[in-house]
Amino acid sequence: MKRRNDIKHYTGFLPLTLLCLFILYTPLIVVMVYSFNESTSITTWGGFSLKWYVDVFTGPESAKFKQAAWNSFVIAIAAATTATIIATLAATAIIRGGRFKLRLPSLGLISLPLMVPEIVTAVALLIFYNFIGFSRGMMTILVAHIVFCIPFAYMPIAARMQGIEDTYEQAALDLYATRFEAFTKILLPLMLPGIISGYLLAFIISLDDFIITNFVKGAGVETLPTAIFGSVKQGIRPNIMAISTMLLAVSMLIVTLSYLISKTDKTK
Amino acid sequence: MPLNKDATAAIDVRNAVKRYGDFTALKTISLSIRDNEFFTLLGPSGCGKTTLLRMIAGFEDVTEGAIFLFGKEIENLPPNKRPINTVFQNYALFPHMTVTDNVAFGVQRLGKSRQEALRRAGEMLELVQLSQFAERKPAQLSGGQQQRVALARALAPSPKVLLLDEPLSALDLKLRQAMRFELKEIQRETGITFIFVTHDQEEALTMSDRIAVMSSGEVQQLGEAREIYEKPRNMFVADFIGETNLLEVFVDKIVEGRAMCHLGGGHALTCDAVEGVGEGAKVHMSIRPERLVLSETEAPENSLRGTVHDNIFVGTDIQSVIDLDDGPRMLVRTSNSDRGKKHLFERGATAYVTMEGGAARLLVD
Repeated sequence: MKRRNDIKHYTGFLPLTLLCLFILYTPLIVVMVYSFNESTSITTWGGFSLKWYVDVFTGPESAKFKQAAWNSFVIAIAAATTATIIATLAATAIIRGGRFKLRLPSLGLISLPLMVPEIVTAVALLIFYNFIGFSRGMMTILVAHIVFCIPFAYMPIAARMQGIEDTYEQAALDLYATRFEAFTKILLPLMLPGIISGYLLAFIISLDDFIITNFVKGAGVETLPTAIFGSVKQGIRPNIMAISTMLLAVSMLIVTLSYLISKTDKTK
Repeated sequence: MPLNKDATAAIDVRNAVKRYGDFTALKTISLSIRDNEFFTLLGPSGCGKTTLLRMIAGFEDVTEGAIFLFGKEIENLPPNKRPINTVFQNYALFPHMTVTDNVAFGVQRLGKSRQEALRRAGEMLELVQLSQFAERKPAQLSGGQQQRVALARALAPSPKVLLLDEPLSALDLKLRQAMRFELKEIQRETGITFIFVTHDQEEALTMSDRIAVMSSGEVQQLGEAREIYEKPRNMFVADFIGETNLLEVFVDKIVEGRAMCHLGGGHALTCDAVEGVGEGAKVHMSIRPERLVLSETEAPENSLRGTVHDNIFVGTDIQSVIDLDDGPRMLVRTSNSDRGKKHLFERGATAYVTMEGGAARLLVD
């Protein structure tokens, strides 16, 4: 009985799984493999080479990509930092603030950006910036990134805080700590894995964003994703594959890090 | 309101009421806890004992009434301004700090130097015999050791009153019994007033100077352990503390402090009269199983005939189950050490159940 109900024994389970994995990962594997291609062609294999990686850093487009990468990282760091601070304070208010009237609306508002289609946020931000006369440039990108990073930073932080019993803070108060001390000396250290995890998630979301950035960026200001897009419009060269592979590696590294950190539990 | 009555009391709870919306958790509690006392709040879960403890600690506000600490009203003081510390049920040791830092935490918050706090922490760890674990993290300790760290941490700032919220409930039986003595020892040694919350009547009886038995948000009886056990005031206390036999009786007459009663079937019984039970009342009589004696012949007073239903071996005692001819089923406990002297009745045999003098107690309903 048990064996028959096991999902592995359903007809077509294996081929369906393989098909899904194929569709999902083949393009990524192709890009990764062909980034090491000796040939200038993006479809025919001409032997192993690191020349496109060298090209990214020294080639004709290198200045453009370096500037874009710099912009991307500056924005990602600034956006992730700001979003993490806001998310931490929001989580503290929502989870530790007891029952206040606007608790549910607050929770909704903070996670709403996850549900709004990105293109809508992009258009709305663009119109809003025009409306208030905020001239487009790095700042417009940064503000936009902070906005959509908050819910991503909030989720792991809130999840972590929910797992911390409030008796720790009560014990701190009982032992003559002020509310501020109970927060900084007890709650914050215990929440640190969640905060770091939220920070890294926000960082990667900011680093990867294309749609909103493309709408709100000023002329001449590029981030890595918009620079790649601009370059691809002129035809796909193998150096794009090298950049993409590096970006993928950074993403995977950070997401893995974020996952591992969120798993460390000091309360046990 | 004449509130400030007893300045020598460590904690004086005056007409304290606690309501959560429509729900009344505590109904007008008044009790006075003496300095240097091991005081226990005993009751089943939901009786309000933890709520009362949290009100004294400052984690819950008092809806009505007031709480005094050595004659000083503490109602408006937040928990961190009250010289009262708590041992939490789940210990709530700070997991990211070492044992020493946990114990030193409170002392340091009081503005003492780090050096002074560490010295005090060392002292306290010695008191609970955990000096060799000073640099460990709480997670590296056993449940019993964590419990002692929690105690050391709460004692370190020298509080005027120590609150203990079911601190032994997470330990296994052997350890729990050992900790009872240790807690009592430490209380005597430090001279700090302990307020102990538990649902375990044995724990309460063995450790406390005085016990307040609570149920449904009220104090049912307050007194010394022996008094509570031997002279329960009402049905709840008699039933909650230890084992007891309950007989429904009618009070006929009260003469010179003795109440003449009879059972439903007419059998006469006498016992001490109690306040609150008058002539003509229909009340319950409580008799502890160990205060009953089995015999072949009827004794002159308070002797009831029945049939032996079963004999159960319970380690130190033999528990006999007797079906009374004129009443319910009774439990009789005979100590195993007396077995040679006393006759053990076979199942189905007829026996007389006789109450020892002063053993029967009338209960206020």
